[in-house]
Amino acid sequence: MKSAVLVFPGINRERDLARAFEVVSGVKSHMVWHTETELPDVDVVAIPGGFSYGDYLRCGAIAARSPIIDAVRRHAERGGWVLGICNGFQIVTEIGLLPGALMRNASLKFMCKEVNLRVDNATTAFTSAYAPGQVIRCPVAHGEGNYFADPETLARLEGEGRVVFRYCDEKGELTEAANVNGSINAIAGIVNERGNVLGMMPHPENLIEALQGGIDGRGLFESLAKVA
Amino acid sequence: MKARVTVTLKNGVLDPQGKAIQGALKSLGFAGVEDVRQGKLIELDLATSDRAAAEAEVTAMCEKLLANTVIENYRIELI
Repeated sequence: MKSAVLVFPGINRERDLARAFEVVSGVKSHMVWHTETELPDVDVVAIPGGFSYGDYLRCGAIAARSPIIDAVRRHAERGGWVLGICNGFQIVTEIGLLPGALMRNASLKFMCKEVNLRVDNATTAFTSAYAPGQVIRCPVAHGEGNYFADPETLARLEGEGRVVFRYCDEKGELTEAANVNGSINAIAGIVNERGNVLGMMPHPENLIEALQGGIDGRGLFESLAKVA
Repeated sequence: MKARVTVTLKNGVLDPQGKAIQGALKSLGFAGVEDVRQGKLIELDLATSDRAAAEAEVTAMCEKLLANTVIENYRIELI
């Protein structure tokens, strides 16, 4: 699996993401600076978490207009895999590769904790190593992860099984308390229509090795390694 | 010429910050506030003095960057 991790000023999870790719696939990621206009020959483009451009204007808004983004769009159009995590999810929605937007957490608090996620679609290229309905642990660290989409878009996402991860309790139940940021329908991660772009707020790249306290995030990278 | 762009959340989009402000106003004794919506004000200094050109340019800026039209509306005033 050949991967590129995009690097913007203010991003802080790029090494974690590169480490996850390397641990799972044995291949080092290319680190690609935002001023580049071409991507190296890769299967997966990953957009990491952090605070690109200080989250000025809106989270991800300025990164989404960087020179490298046209190449990311072309990569997605050719069917290449795109993975946006946390700030990366915000950037991918700002680019328009995924619908909806990430708003301020309903609690108004920055949430930095471990949550439970339910895998609601285990047939995607990003989740095939998980069982349908499996509950996994995953860290979150964000202030603006409250997913919003208009009713029409939401109905489409739900109808097409494009909601991949939802915030749940340890039994997989969708409770108000488990919905860490107030996302509509407890949405934590979605894919595009074609299934080659995934955006999610939680950080699977931070549960890859036992040293990190668990390996629940590994399945996502193992799923990708099967197809990429 | 100056342009003033007001960016507000669309109706139906939850505004937790607005709700927090409303709560704070209530706790200060301002009982009659039925709703609060928070937005952004962006002021631009433009080189042009042509109103039509400025309006077209600022509209393009709003569509491309200044507003996220999935969740936000924008209003442009030229001053």
